[in-house]
Amino acid sequence: MRSVPPVHPEFMLEPIFDQIGSGREAIGLGRRREAGLDTRHGTVLSLEGISVSFDGFKALNDLNLYIGVGELRCIIGPNGAGKTTMMDVITGKTRPDSGTAYFGDTLDLTRMSECQIAQAGIGRKFQKPTVFEALTVFENLELALKADKSVWASLVARLSGEQRQRIEEVLATLRLLPLAQRQAGLLSHGQKQFLEIGMLLVQEPRLLLLDEPVAGMTDAETEFTAELFRSLAGHHSLMVVEHDMGFVGSIADHVTVLHQGSVLAQGSLAQVQEDERVVEVYLGR
Amino acid sequence: MLRLLFTLLLLLPLATQASEGEFFLTAKPAEQASLLETWAAQPDAARLPLLENLRQGRIAENDTRKLRLNNRLRGLIDNTLASHQLLSDQANVRLVAAQQLQKTAQPAQMAFLDRRFASEPDAAVHAALGLALANLQLGASEPAVRLAAVRLLGETGDPLARTRLEALLQPDAETDAAVRIAAETSLAQVQRKLLVGELLGQAFSGLSLGSILLLAALGLAITFGLLGVINMAHGEMLMLGAYSTYMVQVLLQRYAPGAIEFYPLIALPVAFAVSAGVGMALERTVIRHLYGRPLETLLATWGISLILIQAVRLIFGAQNVEVSNPAWLSGGIQVLPNLVLPYNRLVIIGFALAVVLLTWLLLNRTRLGLNVRAVTQNRNMAACCGVSTGRVDMLAFGLGSGIAGLGGVALSQVGNVGPDLGQSYIIDSFLVVVLGGVGQLAGSLWAAFGLGIANKLLEPQIGAVLGKILILALIILFIQKRPQGLFALKGRVID
Amino acid sequence: MNQPLIVTATRKAGTRVSMAVGAVVVLVLLALPLLSLLPDGHALQVSAYTLTLVGKILCYAIVALALDLVWGYAGLLSLGHGLFFALGGYAMGMYLMRQAAGDGLPGFMTFLSWSELPWYWAGTQHFAWALCLVVLAPGLLALVFGFFAFRSRIKGVYFSIMTQALTFAGMLLFFRNETGFGGNNGFTNFRTILGFDITAQGTRAALFLLTVGLLLGSLFLCWRLTQSKFGRLLTAVRDAENRLMFCGYDPRGFKLLVWVLSAVLCGLAGALYVPQVGIINPSEMSPTNSIEAAVWVALGGRGTLIGPLLGAGLVNGMKSWFTVAFPEFWLFFLGALFILVTLYLPKGVVGLVKKRSQP
Repeated sequence: MRSVPPVHPEFMLEPIFDQIGSGREAIGLGRRREAGLDTRHGTVLSLEGISVSFDGFKALNDLNLYIGVGELRCIIGPNGAGKTTMMDVITGKTRPDSGTAYFGDTLDLTRMSECQIAQAGIGRKFQKPTVFEALTVFENLELALKADKSVWASLVARLSGEQRQRIEEVLATLRLLPLAQRQAGLLSHGQKQFLEIGMLLVQEPRLLLLDEPVAGMTDAETEFTAELFRSLAGHHSLMVVEHDMGFVGSIADHVTVLHQGSVLAQGSLAQVQEDERVVEVYLGR
Repeated sequence: MLRLLFTLLLLLPLATQASEGEFFLTAKPAEQASLLETWAAQPDAARLPLLENLRQGRIAENDTRKLRLNNRLRGLIDNTLASHQLLSDQANVRLVAAQQLQKTAQPAQMAFLDRRFASEPDAAVHAALGLALANLQLGASEPAVRLAAVRLLGETGDPLARTRLEALLQPDAETDAAVRIAAETSLAQVQRKLLVGELLGQAFSGLSLGSILLLAALGLAITFGLLGVINMAHGEMLMLGAYSTYMVQVLLQRYAPGAIEFYPLIALPVAFAVSAGVGMALERTVIRHLYGRPLETLLATWGISLILIQAVRLIFGAQNVEVSNPAWLSGGIQVLPNLVLPYNRLVIIGFALAVVLLTWLLLNRTRLGLNVRAVTQNRNMAACCGVSTGRVDMLAFGLGSGIAGLGGVALSQVGNVGPDLGQSYIIDSFLVVVLGGVGQLAGSLWAAFGLGIANKLLEPQIGAVLGKILILALIILFIQKRPQGLFALKGRVID
Repeated sequence: MNQPLIVTATRKAGTRVSMAVGAVVVLVLLALPLLSLLPDGHALQVSAYTLTLVGKILCYAIVALALDLVWGYAGLLSLGHGLFFALGGYAMGMYLMRQAAGDGLPGFMTFLSWSELPWYWAGTQHFAWALCLVVLAPGLLALVFGFFAFRSRIKGVYFSIMTQALTFAGMLLFFRNETGFGGNNGFTNFRTILGFDITAQGTRAALFLLTVGLLLGSLFLCWRLTQSKFGRLLTAVRDAENRLMFCGYDPRGFKLLVWVLSAVLCGLAGALYVPQVGIINPSEMSPTNSIEAAVWVALGGRGTLIGPLLGAGLVNGMKSWFTVAFPEFWLFFLGALFILVTLYLPKGVVGLVKKRSQP
């Protein structure tokens, strides 16, 4: 099931028929992607020289990071290493003091608003699961669904059969179908995590940012999530921030260690774990 | 016949003060007036005690007979007294006398003033006398004298000089062209100086408004920063403080009239205790149940404020109550001819700054302050560390309300005390909190003074109402640039 | 699967009951103006006082509905809706003053010895333009204020305070004689509307019917809105605005639309209020009035469509009884209502009824 990141994503466009309800089906594999994003050079995200400081404290310090198309990258690092701030910069929540952030080859993220960035194809899952608690599970996905998101469109919007089917597919994949009409606020923590992942999926982003996606999940759920992410890689690019090394080991071939706002080490998990500096940072001095 | 008698009396320098006084007492008002005028033109140091007694409405210290004085006579007595005081050997007495004469001197006194002017050793008194003389000389018949007087007036910054010069520039008032031109230049000079005084005066009343806003907003910022709730009844804490002051005043008047002078000082702890007590009671009974629901708290506390206002209205009546300044808070310092800094406002500014300092010390140097800050930053973590958050909430709410109570004491010394008092300050103090950023003492300080001064500077230019609207618009625009207020903590915002 | 079925069944029964109650209420409201046309002394005749009172409460109900739209659904508690209401009222008042003054100037202007109308009075003798103003004045003000407020992401209590300051500023402005809206006294002594005598029973009845119509229309509009995707987006704005932004929506547009719509509804309510009550003055803009509207919504139940109407009716009904019976205690009662509703009835009367109807 593990898929190797393809060199040319265009080759993956032919439909692959999988059993219904699997992750592949849910993410709309085989559907034609929009032509908007220019990724000719093979990188979906490039951060160069990003610095952010809060009242003198440097949260990010000359950070350089590249994510390839279809790559699944794990970011680890001790608390305060700047992981969340980095995600804030990518999603437009925080503006960097200096440096450039490009989505694909042409979109300058530092000049776009949060919703423009989301529309361009970057989806984010928060550390604490945030869903629309007063709405049902189905309605949550309906709002997240990739569609025209202008005010006018929302006034006249009607769900097409195709869209409804798509939502139900994702719900089935995430094993939330029986709960479709349940109010999202009544879900358990793990179910909310899945719902949020589902909202990301129907958004059909090119790049998914996932902040501690398996926090509060049972072992079985964690295993299921790992499988889901592996199946997503290749067609989507993923950036996963996680503390659970077991989970990291089971999904990533490429790991980046952040420390004090910049990249400390990069490589496979085994390589990184042998790096003396990383050991020092994690075990303390 | 009488006139002759006066002259005779005046020619008797050794005539006793008592007899002059007796004569004054029995004379008719018109005679009293001309007597005073004559005395003013030819002062005699020996007459000083009599004049001082006349000013008190009697002719001698232990004489019980009352003088009936009208306003004109009182003015004449002041003028004559000043004329006599010029003979004093104390420079500051002469200075006050000269300033009085600037306003009241009569042409008959010119010769006397001229003599004193020539022989005056003190520079300040000399200048003041010159001005008084110039005022008189404007009426002289020789253009050269008037010209000199006009020039002299131009060098002062006195509102009186402006009225005199303006009168001179009326169409048929002055015929000599040179004097007219000089008067115009002088008027421009005087107006420039007066403008400085006016602006400073407005800035000062802005500062004093700001210091009251500061006291109101400080408590608000603490409760909002700590508990995340907006207390709409906060203005009523101010009102309770002011009514406590009133009660203290009334009770002291009845039971301890000797201590009445210091009633504002006694009122401070009382007002603090009353407001803080009411605040803590509200926190325990109502607000505690609404944490995490800021909008509901806003409505509930508005309800509380309605009840408090109506209760005060029923107990004390809907009219304003009378709170008077003690003697040591009335009067003021004369800085410029048209700029007096009243003591009560000066004291309030100092008081507000002292309260800010105390609050800062309390929050940054005590155990309670540490707990408050800990709860503000991370309620759950503080609770885990053994901080009793409920108690901290209550105490902080009490502190915030108590500070508002202190603000009420301050307010009672400069404004009206009525049931609606809180309402008129609450919106402005909210704006201070919005502008200053939440939980930021420095921010509140600058925002309060800035808002106060802007209010008072704009008021005379475009009117109070338009000024308020303009300020509101400016705040909205300001928030576009700095959504977190003036002194925001930057950092990761936790959603 | 049994449990949901039962719930749905009771809910359906509940819906049927409330539909029936609603229909009865609408019928009564439609009958009231007709009964008022009966000759004096008739047993069923409804007095002009009652008709005006109910008409006034209906106007307030529209305000409550408009406030609920922004507060209950989109989470924006406005403490300045009285401003929009009053602006609509003043726009209508301008037309009525021109009608009363004929070719001359309105009374208060001659009193101030003004010789001509200020520019913003131009065209107000035409009813159509006055109607445009009823919509434009509150709408544009809401648009400008909302644009800046939402752009800088003012929300929560900050937003409430800014709206309160706004209506306070408006009140101060309209209190001035120089503003040209009659100062303290505002507009009163209206005579005719579209040529009809404003105090005639027929005119009153017609205005009342119009108010009922506007209320039903607003109710329908709000119902359609809240049932659409737009309505669900409003709820999403209220509960997790950031999440919505990361879903690719720009919340500003949604907030702005619902905010302006709400302001316009208030303006229309104000325009119907003025000819029925016969006076408009700046005290309508006082922060107290606006915040009182919030308690109507809270008492009835926010986030529902019926709640605000119920709340407006209940509070104003009680108010008119209290201010006659115990005028001094009305504010105590109102204050206690604010506290009790927020403490014990977070979902309002409607929530209470719903809870009862579900076993």
